[in-house]
Amino acid sequence: MRRLAIFVLMSVAAFAADPPVLIQNATILTITNGTVKGSILLQNGKIAAIGDRVMAPPGATVIDGAGKYVMPGIIDCHSHIMAEAINEGSVSVSSMVGIPDVLNPEDIAIYRALAGGVTTANILHGSANSIGGKTIVMKMRWGKDAEEMKFEGAMPGIKFALGENPKRAGNPAGGRGAAPTNARYPATRMGVEDVIREAFNDAVAYKASWDLYRAKTARGEVAIPPARDLKLEPLVEVLEGKRLVHAHCYRQDEILMLLHVADDYGFKIRTLQHVLEGYKVAKEIQERGTGASTFADWWAYKIEANDAIPYNAAILTRKGVLTSLNSDDAELMRHLDKEAAKTVKYGGLTETEALSLITINPAKQLMIDKRVGSLEVGKDADVLLYDGHPLSNFSKVTKVWIDGHEYFDLDQDVEARPKKELEKKALIQKAAAENRSFGGGGGRGAANNTGGEPNAAPQGVPQQ
Amino acid sequence: MNRKLSSILPVALAMAFVAGAYGAETGAYALKDARIVRVSAPVIEHGTVVVRDGLIEAVGENVTVPADAWVIDCKGLTVYPGMIDALSNWGLTNSPPPVAAAAGGRGGRGPVAATVTAPVPATVTVTTTGPARGPEDRPSNVAYSKAADQIFPNDRNIESARNGGYAVAITFPGGNIFAGQGSAISLAGERAGEMVIVPSVGQMITLTNRGFGAGYPGSLMGSIAYVRQIYLDADHYKLAKSIYEKHPQGLPRPAYDRTLEGVLASDRVLLPAERSVEIERMLAFAREMKMNAILYGGHEAWRDIDVLKASNTPVLVSLKYPVKAPDSDPTLEEPLRTLELRDKAPSAAGALAKGGVKFAFYSDGVSTPRDLMRAVKKAIDAGLSQTDAIRALTLSPAEIYGLSDRLGSVDKGKIADLFVADGDIFSGGKVKYVFVDGVKFEPPDEPAGGRGGRGGQGSAQGGPVQ
Repeated sequence: MRRLAIFVLMSVAAFAADPPVLIQNATILTITNGTVKGSILLQNGKIAAIGDRVMAPPGATVIDGAGKYVMPGIIDCHSHIMAEAINEGSVSVSSMVGIPDVLNPEDIAIYRALAGGVTTANILHGSANSIGGKTIVMKMRWGKDAEEMKFEGAMPGIKFALGENPKRAGNPAGGRGAAPTNARYPATRMGVEDVIREAFNDAVAYKASWDLYRAKTARGEVAIPPARDLKLEPLVEVLEGKRLVHAHCYRQDEILMLLHVADDYGFKIRTLQHVLEGYKVAKEIQERGTGASTFADWWAYKIEANDAIPYNAAILTRKGVLTSLNSDDAELMRHLDKEAAKTVKYGGLTETEALSLITINPAKQLMIDKRVGSLEVGKDADVLLYDGHPLSNFSKVTKVWIDGHEYFDLDQDVEARPKKELEKKALIQKAAAENRSFGGGGGRGAANNTGGEPNAAPQGVPQQ
Repeated sequence: MNRKLSSILPVALAMAFVAGAYGAETGAYALKDARIVRVSAPVIEHGTVVVRDGLIEAVGENVTVPADAWVIDCKGLTVYPGMIDALSNWGLTNSPPPVAAAAGGRGGRGPVAATVTAPVPATVTVTTTGPARGPEDRPSNVAYSKAADQIFPNDRNIESARNGGYAVAITFPGGNIFAGQGSAISLAGERAGEMVIVPSVGQMITLTNRGFGAGYPGSLMGSIAYVRQIYLDADHYKLAKSIYEKHPQGLPRPAYDRTLEGVLASDRVLLPAERSVEIERMLAFAREMKMNAILYGGHEAWRDIDVLKASNTPVLVSLKYPVKAPDSDPTLEEPLRTLELRDKAPSAAGALAKGGVKFAFYSDGVSTPRDLMRAVKKAIDAGLSQTDAIRALTLSPAEIYGLSDRLGSVDKGKIADLFVADGDIFSGGKVKYVFVDGVKFEPPDEPAGGRGGRGGQGSAQGGPVQ
């Protein structure tokens, strides 16, 4: 009880630093409950009130939202920012590795994503493997450490990948990531299916070995426990419904293949990622309750991405598939709102449906919709303030709050730029002066340690 | 007899007559009228240190000089504990024999030319058939390999470092993810065995990106996952063996695994952590795996003093500061973070000292004493006190590796590792004598021309941390 009391005190103390924020006279796009002309109150990290008139609590920061728009923070269901490694490309089943081990909370792409309105992102392993590494949902709490940026209580995930990326890594003739002397199985789509099935056969056997051990010890027999296998443990979690599968795919045949494999082993594919031919098999996807996370109009960067249409998201939505738009890219991540706008033009989604593709729908896909994805009283105060309608090309995100804390302010950003430039110049000049005093420093054997950022995505490994 | 011998012949030759336990009968020396920087206790401005048969026999202001001791008048000189390189590859390089002067036709510069020749690294390589498909193939893993078993007493780094006042190196095989067990070795000796102070002080982990084509693991997250699996395997191995030993009848026999034996034999784990992000990542990893961890790198540790202090994790600070790659694109704009990391790297040691975090310096491939001392001075200029600086080169590394009962300070009973300088070493003092295991060495005078030997720094490559 005492610990609980301390915890409550600490929680209050943590939020006490952030005064309540009241945005008045704004157009509030709640996504789930229509549009409200009025006020929204952010207090203690949550959305405390939405309505025509909301009283400002003592100490509240009041913002005049006249002519401005408020919407929930954008959720990106497929990103690779803040990861210092993307692919473990050496093996086609790399479920033992995980993005949580290589998070870089100082990746500048986080701040830039914030500037584009993204407050939550699903950070995925790359697509070089039939079964890739573990994934994690993060809030863009810029300035916090990796642990503090994790989305508390979000389900862990795992990346699967079908088609060209996992198979070309095994192509003895070469291709990205493949050395002729080091050909990796599989080299065909048939092989990808086989690799996934074999991995789950192993996972089933692994689970059985533990069940047998437990049965033996329960009977009082002496037994050596099985060795823990970090590759198979996540797959057992998938079988038990404790880990979400996010599967990279393009073509309708491979999509159906994976859905059937999942049927055979009794697990669910939570989301199909990219899924550019999803419109061809929308019914089969919908029947299984599987989600689709796609691009608005990014395609033709390889053969399997050629039969794409800009109506994909709209068709999937109309067919009842839970659909989202994702970025898969640090740059695209900064304008997911404009990507959503394209689905109004192509496919005729309503404005709310379009915005749902980057808010409540990805929240549902990641099973975090009780916390985020719409503006509702009691949900996390992950809120964006726009200077115009979010679907307009002329609008900008001006402020971003996460848990009621302001993480981005456009005016402050612009103001701070000259100071940062000066800081940088001073450091460069200082280093240059030191270098001169050392006589140029040429030929120093120790010079191989550059102290630079490691390359986050070495050697052109496949991501999208 | 000893006294007479050492006065006539080089000390190394005297050692050739010594049989049995190392350190025996190296004779007695009295370092008289010296300023003594004890490190474990306040400086003695005017005192004497007596060294006998490899150990420190007495230290103090009023020490009686034994009648049989060889007296060295240390008026105006300062005695320090011999320095310890906290993470090294010294002693593991098989230097080729000196190249004949005539070879390059450069006229009379024979010995100098020899130092330029690239040494042959003694790194153990793991040979497997084909690329590794998973942790079960134990790729890049020489956890069983001990530095103590791979010493080359003729490694030129030994003499070079010793001439700079170093007496001990905590040296690691290096070169693999599980890079093997480090050994504390004396930087003097005729035979490898007698140089070893402690054969196994910890396991070194590296997380270098091996890239595609080398098999598993091929990424940073693969390497971390691999290390995690190996430690789980080691736990299981230990458990399986203990169950089997109790019930050998009716149970399958656990397979012998030399890498897991090596992991289990290592009390400490050295984890790479240069940037703040890496420090926090490795602290979390050590916590998760319940490792007795030591971090190495540490140039951005000034940002993580609180978490380091809270976790009670020592840090080995590299004396190779990050610099801009000489072949980097001059037009490339570098991020502020990178510029700041380089600018503030020398301030890490001072911040650790102020924050009460245990830390020590290590050479990280910088092999010439002059460059090592220059790097220490940079740390002093950036806020490290001279007292903390000498500690980070002597007693602190001894404490970090649990060797402070025998190394690291000028105290009675400890191993007689000392150096004597003609002034404060951080203010231009030159090393005049070095004692390693009680054996006296006199560094040669520095060649005229000062920096003429800089070409030799090419050998700084190939340190344990790349």
